[in-house]
Amino acid sequence: MTGCCKNETVLLQQVKGNCKAAFEEIVRKYMKQAYHIALGFVGNKEDAMDLSQEAFYRAYKNINTLDCDRKFFPWFYQILKNLCFTHLRKQSNRLRCQLDGVVEETAQHEYGLKFNPELIAEKNENKVRVWQALGQLDEKHREIIVLRHFQNLSYKQIAEALYCSKDTVTTRLYHARRMLKQILNRKEVDVK
Amino acid sequence: MTCQDYKDLMMGYLDNELDDDQKQIFEQHLLNCSDCKKELQEFRQLKEITDEVHFVELEDRIWDRYWSGVYNRIERGVGWILSSVAAIILLIYVGFKAIEDIIKDPTLGILLKVALLMLITGIATLFVSVLREKLYFRKKDRYKDVRR
Repeated sequence: MTGCCKNETVLLQQVKGNCKAAFEEIVRKYMKQAYHIALGFVGNKEDAMDLSQEAFYRAYKNINTLDCDRKFFPWFYQILKNLCFTHLRKQSNRLRCQLDGVVEETAQHEYGLKFNPELIAEKNENKVRVWQALGQLDEKHREIIVLRHFQNLSYKQIAEALYCSKDTVTTRLYHARRMLKQILNRKEVDVK
Repeated sequence: MTCQDYKDLMMGYLDNELDDDQKQIFEQHLLNCSDCKKELQEFRQLKEITDEVHFVELEDRIWDRYWSGVYNRIERGVGWILSSVAAIILLIYVGFKAIEDIIKDPTLGILLKVALLMLITGIATLFVSVLREKLYFRKKDRYKDVRR
């Protein structure tokens, strides 16, 4: 995650003054990161692209609520995350309706299978299983795995993005990894 | 300290987030705790597999078009606002004209005219009431100064 440099503060002030070129610069700086985070949350390319672009649009619309001295990305990340998880909840409800009222866990499992393996580079069986197991984690734990492993953020950067302490990050990461391990053990990937 | 207390240190150890003192404390614990040692090994294997998961890179032309997608949404947003405001103005104008015609029409009964006036007054009262409530809560919103 990029730090809050003076340049970004100036750009944000320009965006508040309705300068679209300044916003374009911000979008170009964060678009790949936004897309990859959304991909980790929703598991398919089309939705990730659509949701990340929508998040930028909403950030632009609400830019006046952001204090220019604060970092753009942690604030933007909240918008992106809320959009992605709202989308997932809708999908999960739809799935539950289709499958005639299955329980949350089954819906989650079914959704995990929708995590498209074609998105994985140099894929093998283990990577695909980890990817699909990620789709079966609940929101809170999926988020921390995505930020730590797929975005390679430090604990400090994750804490900034989640507006929480480093201790909370560590504890959440422990539980997320344990759950991921349990799902994979059910799928017989060699992590025992 | 119990084993549970070392779990957080275990994550930091795995991700190289510990300072030298913390690292030493955790390594000391590992020497005496086979359960934590086993769990660390399992987490290490999981981390290795998870770290290997990388996404297929998108083509450059997709990134070149990315900003257009965002820009189109911004433009459409402005379009929607303008259309909505125009539609409201037109509706009010047409409505006002229609009401004026009805009131001035001598062939229509007084009862219909009174009912129409009461309907307009009712709608106006509801609108003012909702508007006043919204403004009141906006002023009194305890969270409005929460920094985002």
